[in-house]
Amino acid sequence: MQTYDLEANGLRDLNAALHAQNTETNQTRWEVINPRGSHAIAVGIDAPIEVNVMGSTGYYCAGMNKLATVHVHGSAGPGVAENMISGTVMIDGDASQYAGATGHGGTLVIKGNASSRCGISMKGIDIVVHGNVGHMSAFMGQSGNLVVCGDAGDALGDSLYEARLFVRGSVKSLGADCVEKEMRPEHIEVLRDLLARGECDAKPEEFKRYGSARQLYSFKIDNAY
Amino acid sequence: MTAKDNHENSPPRTAPIQSATFSNPVNAEIRRAAATGIYDIRGGGAKRSVPHFDDLLFLGASISRYPLEGYRERCETKVTLGTRFAKNPIELDIPITIAGMSFGALSGHAKEALGRGASAVGTSTTTGDGGMTPEERSHSTKLVYQYLPSRYGMNPDDLRKADAIEIVVGQGAKPGGGGMLLGQKISDRVAEMRNLPKGIDQRSACRHPDWTGPDDLEIKILELREITGWEKPIYVKIGGTRPYYDVALAVKAGADVVVLDGMQGGTAATQDVFIENVGLPTLACIRPAVQALQDLGMHREVQLVVSGGIRNGADVAKAMALGADAVAIGTAALIALGDNDPKWEAEYQKLGTTAGAYDDWHEGQDPAGITTQDPELQSRLDPVDAGRRLRNYLNVMALEAQTIARACGHNNLRNLEPEDLCALTMEAAAMARVPLAGTAWWPGKDGANF
Repeated sequence: MQTYDLEANGLRDLNAALHAQNTETNQTRWEVINPRGSHAIAVGIDAPIEVNVMGSTGYYCAGMNKLATVHVHGSAGPGVAENMISGTVMIDGDASQYAGATGHGGTLVIKGNASSRCGISMKGIDIVVHGNVGHMSAFMGQSGNLVVCGDAGDALGDSLYEARLFVRGSVKSLGADCVEKEMRPEHIEVLRDLLARGECDAKPEEFKRYGSARQLYSFKIDNAY
Repeated sequence: MTAKDNHENSPPRTAPIQSATFSNPVNAEIRRAAATGIYDIRGGGAKRSVPHFDDLLFLGASISRYPLEGYRERCETKVTLGTRFAKNPIELDIPITIAGMSFGALSGHAKEALGRGASAVGTSTTTGDGGMTPEERSHSTKLVYQYLPSRYGMNPDDLRKADAIEIVVGQGAKPGGGGMLLGQKISDRVAEMRNLPKGIDQRSACRHPDWTGPDDLEIKILELREITGWEKPIYVKIGGTRPYYDVALAVKAGADVVVLDGMQGGTAATQDVFIENVGLPTLACIRPAVQALQDLGMHREVQLVVSGGIRNGADVAKAMALGADAVAIGTAALIALGDNDPKWEAEYQKLGTTAGAYDDWHEGQDPAGITTQDPELQSRLDPVDAGRRLRNYLNVMALEAQTIARACGHNNLRNLEPEDLCALTMEAAAMARVPLAGTAWWPGKDGANF
């Protein structure tokens, strides 16, 4: 276990040390202490290592993550796991705006609530939120899965492409071109796997599925009327 | 009575007068809108006449200024971008770069040609929406990687392969607007790179998904620097709307370089009404931007790259005299490759247009093989020949700018200054803040009202 005191040693050396790891490293477990809401913690990792952040983080924790497992033992600020490529990011507390934004792959688990625009422009990432998500979540979501065990705010899935949305609770409103869809057996199976990976004991049968009506796929006229 | 007699005997009539307001092109657009129910989409930049570099003249050396000898005496063209924070600034041999244009909007051959031409003269090219292709990286010795709101194809590996990163906030053709790549241009490869179904019309977002203001931008820049080890220069590109404040905020957020794009700068596709009615002419943007840099003590510390309607060495020299460190070209580079070449006139006619006016780049039917993903059309553009034409054109622009700089007594393009210029019109004088020709005055000089 490598322990890094962020307050004492600074952000640059932390990220440089994490970037120095590769698939052959034997420094596979890291603990970051005293994060104190710092921004850009553990960004751009490209190695199958485990990083435990012992407290809450600021913006963009685990941004562009590849291969690594980053576990935040606290809450995360805006843009956690933004543009993640692969690996796993786990948040014990809540996540602020834009969690998992534009993520291309990997799994983001938020054990508390997520604020607005969770999964915005998602491109293949799987996101499991144990609590609620705020407005405009999965806006322009291209692919991947967003699982919400609680409620969803306004304009869920606005301008959605092919991302799949599963919500157990209420949806305050659906965004443009987002509709409820039939929950078929294959979706139950996909969701069962997502819930297991998200360490969530909810039953897949309790969820509704939402997706794109695909009415905006061909540009015909402005949707602003 | 003959018809002639009848005409001669009829009373005089008022000659038909075309309305300046409801001109034939305006009426044609009204009829088009009435017939289709949809606004016009096109590529390129503003076509309307606006004050531009043509409205400025250089004064040249005389008794009070000492010129340098023609093409013989040294006149430096090199410029270094990204000196503020980046460990590895970009050194360009000429201060003329290639603006961001995407693979998707452009064919692979066109992107290759841009890389070949720019690399041959020691300058950079820029990716666009859709990400970086291996071909583009291999043909561009200096490549700027755009970080756009859509984040199509964005990944940390390509970020680290880039020589610089350009955070695109806006562009001159459509500040505040997003983009569109219509389904005709979504090939299998384009679809895969963007992670979207083939054949659908793709929207490029107008705002970034994970930051909303200058304070957030500062943190976003920190993140990108951390991911890339503080090696890469970070540019911030803005469309010309509020250049003083936007430049100041970009500097405050930590930009190494500000790229400022006026309304003549092109786009792959957006609404014509947007292109022609939103944003500022390039000429109106430069001095406020430079003023912001000077007020912050950052002029030359944070480099300013200006784009939007740069066509020749005189434009380069004028932009630099007004305070830019370098310029970027997009439309002019495409023309150098072969865009709108009259040799394709018969095909332009079939598309209902003519060489020089073709701007339906989004439809993917470009006869010149540049703004298309159609394999047959793409094959018309030889990337080696087209790259050679771009190389020649860039060389000519640099030589022209040097010629002017020497005539003004400067041994370095960046030593050009506003005092080398005068304006032909009141509007240009006011925007460029240089004297109206033959006077020592411009509107607003010394804070005077005008």
